[in-house]
Amino acid sequence: MFKYFPHTKADVESMLKTLNISSIDELFKDVPESVIFNSDYDVPSYLSETELRNHFAELSKKNQELTLFSGLGIYDHYQPAVIDALTSRQEFMTSYTPYQPEISQGTLQYIFEYQSMIQTLTGLEVSNASMYDGATSAAEACFMACGVTRRNKMLISSTLNPNTINTIKTYLNFKGIEYDFINENQGEIDIEDLKQKLDKDIAGVIVQNPNFYGIIEDYSNFSELIKTNKSMFIISADISTLGVLKSPKEDGADIACGDCQSLGMPTAFGGPTLGYLATEKAYVRKMPGRICGYTHDLEGRRAFVLTLQAREQHIRRSKANSNICSNQSLMALYVTVYLSLMGRNGLKEVNNLSYQGAHYLYDQLIKTGKFSDPFNKPFLKEFTLLTNISKDTMQTALLENGIFGGVNLDIFGDKYEGLVNFSVTEKRTKNEIDNLVKVLEGLS
Amino acid sequence: MINYNKMIFELSNEGRVGYSLPRSSFNNYNIDDLNDNLKRKSELLLPEVSELDVLRHFTNISNKNFGVENGFYPLGSCTMKYNPKINEEMASNKAFRNLHPLQPISTVQGALEVYYNLQKYLSEISGLYEFSLNPFAGAHGELVGLMVIKAYHQDRGDFKRNKIIIPDSAHGTNPASTVVCGMEVIEIKSNDKGRVDLESLKAVLSDDIAGMMLTNPNTLGIFENDICEITKLVHDAGGLMYYDGANLNALLGKVRPGDMGFDVMHINLHKTFSTPHGGGGPGSGPVGVTEILSKYLPNPRVKKLDDYFYVENSGEALGQISAYFGNYLVALRAYTYIRTLGKENLKMVGRYATLNANYISKALKTAYDLPIPGYCMHEVVFNGLNNKDTDVKTLDIAKRLLDYGMHAPTIYFPLLFPQAIMIEPTETETKETIDEFINVMHKIAIESKEHPEILKQAPTKTPIRRTDEVFAAKMMIFSYKDYLEYINNRG
Repeated sequence: MFKYFPHTKADVESMLKTLNISSIDELFKDVPESVIFNSDYDVPSYLSETELRNHFAELSKKNQELTLFSGLGIYDHYQPAVIDALTSRQEFMTSYTPYQPEISQGTLQYIFEYQSMIQTLTGLEVSNASMYDGATSAAEACFMACGVTRRNKMLISSTLNPNTINTIKTYLNFKGIEYDFINENQGEIDIEDLKQKLDKDIAGVIVQNPNFYGIIEDYSNFSELIKTNKSMFIISADISTLGVLKSPKEDGADIACGDCQSLGMPTAFGGPTLGYLATEKAYVRKMPGRICGYTHDLEGRRAFVLTLQAREQHIRRSKANSNICSNQSLMALYVTVYLSLMGRNGLKEVNNLSYQGAHYLYDQLIKTGKFSDPFNKPFLKEFTLLTNISKDTMQTALLENGIFGGVNLDIFGDKYEGLVNFSVTEKRTKNEIDNLVKVLEGLS
Repeated sequence: MINYNKMIFELSNEGRVGYSLPRSSFNNYNIDDLNDNLKRKSELLLPEVSELDVLRHFTNISNKNFGVENGFYPLGSCTMKYNPKINEEMASNKAFRNLHPLQPISTVQGALEVYYNLQKYLSEISGLYEFSLNPFAGAHGELVGLMVIKAYHQDRGDFKRNKIIIPDSAHGTNPASTVVCGMEVIEIKSNDKGRVDLESLKAVLSDDIAGMMLTNPNTLGIFENDICEITKLVHDAGGLMYYDGANLNALLGKVRPGDMGFDVMHINLHKTFSTPHGGGGPGSGPVGVTEILSKYLPNPRVKKLDDYFYVENSGEALGQISAYFGNYLVALRAYTYIRTLGKENLKMVGRYATLNANYISKALKTAYDLPIPGYCMHEVVFNGLNNKDTDVKTLDIAKRLLDYGMHAPTIYFPLLFPQAIMIEPTETETKETIDEFINVMHKIAIESKEHPEILKQAPTKTPIRRTDEVFAAKMMIFSYKDYLEYINNRG
């Protein structure tokens, strides 16, 4: 007997008798003999629960938990204890997609509340129920722009996170959509280059804020240019920063996308996180993914349901705008609980504390004389500096002190050579920052 | 508190807080110093509530949900098996949970070992060469698998192959993924046994076929017994075979997709490998391929040299399809599941799942219309009641089951049968639970004759009753802001 298989020998015998067969294997008579797998898998033997815990204790020793000064899309923000307590409730965690609204109001209601929160943060009219991550939501936003405009070329800002760029490229390449890049100048998009490249083939323009370098770009003048060209303006934004920074709507965006990892999720070696996607109602029929809407039941009680499903793959099949089915629903609960706890004041405070720590660290690093700022542009919680310290020296010294930071951007390509990224959240104390500076000061 | 009826926004009281943040140490700096044209001007519509408010609110709404621990969940094609607690405990381990994906590889050897070994186990279980765990979900896996197929043909300079054959019984994601991958769908009809019709298949094979997507057992829960012939036909025509792993649970321990001739596949870890569905995700959809295709798997890739694990970004890969390693902590749960079962128990999964489905099939066919006779695999599809002289539809049967404290099966899929009811019991249910389900289904069949109005009214014992979906689609109230506007306009 095994704990996940409840049938006793007597149960199996009685069921076989009902079926008039003598062994379970007879049920597989449609399977050609030549493809029956008759041996054991070459995987390890089972582990008891205690053995499994010991095994993970051993594996854990091969990982190193570090004080994180790294960002670039995944941030070490504070996670209130309430989040784990609620997201681990089996009613939320083990249930299926809420196709039966009568017994899924818990899931549907938090999705509605999640959509409401994304709506207010982005300023746009409608959020879907979630996408996989920030990179894939950006790629789907590009598909959407092509769907709405019936054009087939995207303009991609060079100041996007390279992970996002690479994911967009893969999606567009395979779908057969063209793209070009808008040049950067001093860490920001070159608006003159954008003007030059905007033509009647351009379905959309995608930019990021704060951008890959951590710079808060001013996109005030973009939307008019892009709208005049009848293209869609897409802003990929770190959702947490929208508590203080100009919303995509205020910047004139038609679509907002990005990652929600910064709202209460662990770094989790990169996943699961959640991608958000929001737009105006005029474009909702081209929007991918599930959408939850408000309604009532037979007795007039408030109710929530999945709606506008005719857009989706299970109805439209090859005519659907996207193939997304499962999304990251439980992570939307993380977001909803986090934002419920923080409210607008908490979110502003998180951003201010991160801003303060980041600017303090920035000033201290510049003071060491070993780092310089190639851009001198406004930033919030992360920034990019130029250094002559060799990356191996820096990494080794920091690791010896249990710190990960000063991420070398050259892993993303040659154009970033010599650049390092630092990110500071509200979790980093003055001691931790001073300690980081002390280690770096001593290096050459 | 099943009548709890508030939105979190309605609990808000200005000035209340639900957080505690560190005190500021750097008062020389302030975010208000940012230039005004970078700052948000519009107000945020977020609640201001206490910590206990938040706990009560979400606990109360959770009580309106039905999870696997509430009761039987026979949703066909979804494999709603038990989600073990030990998986969750392992995934909450801080030594994994607090890793940054860009950390130096010397500091994440344990995490990479789990990734690498899980992909090895999945390769062995599937009879394929290598897996990428990066795809986030089943549909994402399909897209990535099709990208592999396209990359393979294009790499050989064969740009003409742009069509994917898909049976009409397939999951809706199959044709949708094909189109998103920039290829065309050729749909072929099933034969009267619900299987791929070989003549229809032969008729569409040509030198513009990139491959074929197939679920086996198919969405009717029937094994494609001509599978060897099918894969040979497609291969001989120069195409590749894609295995949609949505129904892999039936075959666990019994048949390997690679041995049937499949070249590419995805696995839904949230089905076959027991990770929770989360109300619609996060799932995980690893993609496996044969040796010749392995170079196309997406970046980043986890490799091993002696006992050292490292991360590689290959120029031959099809590119990136995610920022990092997909839904890593979901994969870690699946790893835990495989280590818990071990080779001894993994081989029993498909057998028990298939036994349970056939037991239900036999017990219910006296009352429900079984369109395809014979043995099924892990799930069974009925086409409504045997009694066709009734107004009672599959929807009514499904809703009535909710009143009996069970989740409804999948309904109106596959599309081949107008009143489809698709039942998948999984291997983790007791005989008592299955017998109770059978009894309830028979009771409902009797009710459909004696008191059809009960079924038409059902459910009546759930937190809410049937909903007005037309209103939702027409009013398009998608946020609390929309809701407030609706209330104000209504007066």
